[in-house]
Amino acid sequence: MQILQYFINGISIGAVYAIIALGYTMVYGIAKMLNFAHGDIIMVGAYISFCVTNYLGLPAIVSVVISMAVCTVLGIVIEGLAYKPLRGAPSLAVLITAIGVSYFLQNAAQLIWSSSAKNFTSIVTFAPIRLFDGKLVVTGEVLVTVLVSVVVMFALTWFTGSTRTGKAMRAVSEDQDAAQLMGINVNRTISTTFAIGSALAAVAGVLLCSTVPTLQPTTGSMPGIRAFTAAVLGGIGSIPGAMLGGILIGIIETFAKAYISTQFSDAVVFSVLIIILLVKPAGLLGKQVQEKV
Amino acid sequence: MKKILQNKTTRTNLTTYALVTVAFLVLQALSSMGMLTSSVNGYLVPVCVYIVLTISLNLLVGVCGELSLGHAGFMGIGAFSGIVAAALLQSAVPNGTLRLITAMIVGGILAGFLGFLIGIPVLRLRGDYLAIVTLAFGEILKNLIGNMYIGTDAKGLHFSISASKMELLEGGTYLIAGPKGATGVEKLSTFSMGFVLILFTLFIVLNLINSKEGRAIKAIKENRIAAESVGINVTAFRMKAFVVSAFLAGMAGALFGLNFSSVTASKFNFNTSINILVFVVLGGMGNILGSVISATVLYLLPELMRGLDDLRMLLYAVVLIVVMLCTWSPSVKGWIQCVCDRVKGLFHKPGKEAVSNE
Amino acid sequence: MKKVFAMLLAAVMVAALFAGCGAGSADANTIKIGMTGPLTGDAAIYGTAVKNGIEIAVAEINEKAKAEGGLKIEFKAEDDEADGEKAVSGYNVLKDWGMQVFIGTVTSGACNAVAPGAVADQMFLLTPSASSAEVAMAGASTFQMCFTDPNQGASAAEVISLNWADATIGVIYDSSDDYSSGLYEGFKAKAGELGLNVVCETSFTKDTKSDLSTQVTQCKDAGADLVFLPIYYTEASQILTYANKIGYAPTFFGCDGMDGILGVEGFNTALAEGLALMTPFDANATNEATQSFVAKYMENNNGQVPNQFAADAYDCVYAVYKACVAAGIDGKTPAVDACAALVKQFGSMTFDGLTGSGMTWDANGMISKAPAAVVIENGIYVPMG
Repeated sequence: MQILQYFINGISIGAVYAIIALGYTMVYGIAKMLNFAHGDIIMVGAYISFCVTNYLGLPAIVSVVISMAVCTVLGIVIEGLAYKPLRGAPSLAVLITAIGVSYFLQNAAQLIWSSSAKNFTSIVTFAPIRLFDGKLVVTGEVLVTVLVSVVVMFALTWFTGSTRTGKAMRAVSEDQDAAQLMGINVNRTISTTFAIGSALAAVAGVLLCSTVPTLQPTTGSMPGIRAFTAAVLGGIGSIPGAMLGGILIGIIETFAKAYISTQFSDAVVFSVLIIILLVKPAGLLGKQVQEKV
Repeated sequence: MKKILQNKTTRTNLTTYALVTVAFLVLQALSSMGMLTSSVNGYLVPVCVYIVLTISLNLLVGVCGELSLGHAGFMGIGAFSGIVAAALLQSAVPNGTLRLITAMIVGGILAGFLGFLIGIPVLRLRGDYLAIVTLAFGEILKNLIGNMYIGTDAKGLHFSISASKMELLEGGTYLIAGPKGATGVEKLSTFSMGFVLILFTLFIVLNLINSKEGRAIKAIKENRIAAESVGINVTAFRMKAFVVSAFLAGMAGALFGLNFSSVTASKFNFNTSINILVFVVLGGMGNILGSVISATVLYLLPELMRGLDDLRMLLYAVVLIVVMLCTWSPSVKGWIQCVCDRVKGLFHKPGKEAVSNE
Repeated sequence: MKKVFAMLLAAVMVAALFAGCGAGSADANTIKIGMTGPLTGDAAIYGTAVKNGIEIAVAEINEKAKAEGGLKIEFKAEDDEADGEKAVSGYNVLKDWGMQVFIGTVTSGACNAVAPGAVADQMFLLTPSASSAEVAMAGASTFQMCFTDPNQGASAAEVISLNWADATIGVIYDSSDDYSSGLYEGFKAKAGELGLNVVCETSFTKDTKSDLSTQVTQCKDAGADLVFLPIYYTEASQILTYANKIGYAPTFFGCDGMDGILGVEGFNTALAEGLALMTPFDANATNEATQSFVAKYMENNNGQVPNQFAADAYDCVYAVYKACVAAGIDGKTPAVDACAALVKQFGSMTFDGLTGSGMTWDANGMISKAPAAVVIENGIYVPMG
């Protein structure tokens, strides 16, 4: 029973990592950049939702929609101002710019919302399900997060696989120059990717803070790194891989805490990551790219 | 002599040595005359530490083209082993400078050895996967150091990963106490030793870059497959760069650790690694002189912006983004060029010959 | 090359600029007090609370001095991001500014890095909230306004054994934080002595604190009916929320870091009902001094209720001010002389403030004040029976 409870706890946080990782992997797969500011967009999304529900008194679902809209715009603006001019620059230059954007968002959030932590009111209102006389508790957040992440995963798979824009994204991801030659607007495709990634970040922010209620300007950074790890574990660029990686990291983390040591859970999680990458250097579901000579 | 100076690499290298030496002599003179404020005096050693860290990471990132996100982990290993070594040698080696040198060597060797161990599995990976694994190692090291207890008493050295299992005899002291880190560290680091370490680092790194091996490393960075095909042992060279880089970071870490009365493991986190990476990229990939300058300027920048209070880190972020855009973005570069030409044009309209003569 | 030299030149120029502005104009009637604390980053909540608390005290004193004459205070705060290295830089900047008394730093780790330097400089150091024992032990001129961690942990064990002698106890602490692990060590030693029944000890780190569900589940499974939380209120609010979600309702018991939990925006304070904590400060206290402080604090900070960080900081300023007036220190007194005089004053004086009355300091610089154990009932602190 106990083990089942830890399993559910693991899935709960894992599903949150998964949904963040989906955003990471989308952007990486198509724009080929590690967007370190992704975690901070999550934080902004959560703050927007918090403000809409607490200050404007609007219902939770409206706050999610508004937060998605704001984050989409934010994502497009960031992409346009900071990343687009660096198209063609070395990937490290873009990485540093992303770090700059991350610092910027964190400090701007501190100026706007102050550093005091806020307690996020969960958007899930229905009561937790208690099984076996309350020995096993499945909170509403777990159900919603898992459901949303699965839906998002399938939606993204369908979108990149079947729609025109999605196909353009895949083309850009394969080869930007060739895609351009085929008449695909590379810049617009990448901007669209960022818009989708940022909208996802808003959803992830709301779900993260519903599961873990503390909201601070630095809320996004640690889950951001975890999710990045998850995306790599699953094979960066792969959508089902991000989902799998996220859930795995969540479960490993929880089990490490429960059965090995709460102090060394980090060391355990990262050791598992290293071992997996040594066995499968491109991640669990990643494509092993054959280098052209 | 003239012939040597005509070689561009040699010239740049000599400039680097000269610049560092002149800066050291000027600052040391000012310091000994008591002309420097306490804040400037306080920056001297950390700046040396960050210069060494930046150069050593540049060897890995800039010269070899391997992205590492765990450099602070090696720094941390160096810092803590250096502190322990210095404390243990307290009675055996009364001379502070000698003890500092020993501590730095111990820190360097331990970090280098760990770099070697980590390098065996890690260097099989490439690109972003290598980056994430180095990040993971950095986090593991931080996690382990942060829960490590080392103490000495009459019976000798004790080590444990749990506070309750540490039972020191009367009069025993903790050298490293888990999350508290090392406290009450004797301050041994000096600016002069920092300068010596920079020279040492420059000597090693510049020689490595300009040697036959350095050319091999460059070849690997440019095109790994082509390099392999002409018989370069890629893994061996990558490993060499990795170990040297870790070794130097360890030495810098020991210098850092012995400069502050207290050091905690949380200092050597992802953010510190990222900061060093920022110094490297802004200084220019593979550009050692650039590393020296960017580490100095970027370390001092947030300190000098202290007057701005709340806006300090926000502006630092903006500076970071703007500098990256100005140096790398073709469109922004073109735009700046255009503005510069216009401004020049305004000034030089009457005497066009003067411009062409310049 | 030109660019490089331009950059270097700029750096040297700014450095030179800094060298220029030393302790030039000292006003005899104004003492200079400096503080460093985390004003940005992870721990910024605590640093800003301290800064806000100090600013209120300084404003009050200056207002009074303006009306009635007397010593004024000039105050300057530097950011240290809760990092030892930055704290030393901040401290040096303040020294160049001409600081005579140092109130700081806010966090123990940073304070451990600064304190030995301050002792060597003979700069008087009074920290509002750096509670590790090493801070006070660093030298004769380092003093604390807060309880020392191991002592507070031990008194927590005593309070628990008095009130809940038969309880099965669970502990959740932050193993990467020296405040929390210091409290835990003190608690554990005393709990062993008193024969408390500790059934579950679990921890989290700074990096894993985003998910505390496992730790709560562990306590629940171990059957703990009292959970000791020697942690800050931010994480505690997270634990209370999750425990409520899974229907786990033990008695929660916290230390002074728990004060502030009722002021967390968006937190359902009903969850904190029955929460017991040891705190030197109560924002709902009816005495005039506290009420005026709370009113001013809320007015300055968008209605945020002050916590013990702010109150301790406020007390620090008044304690230093009282000692300065008694010792005849003014703006012209060099920091070294001020330090010697203040050490003497703090060794002998008794101080009444927001966080206690009749406070005294021992030779190490540790404070003695009565930790009040309270229980939250109907959203206010009620002294424990």
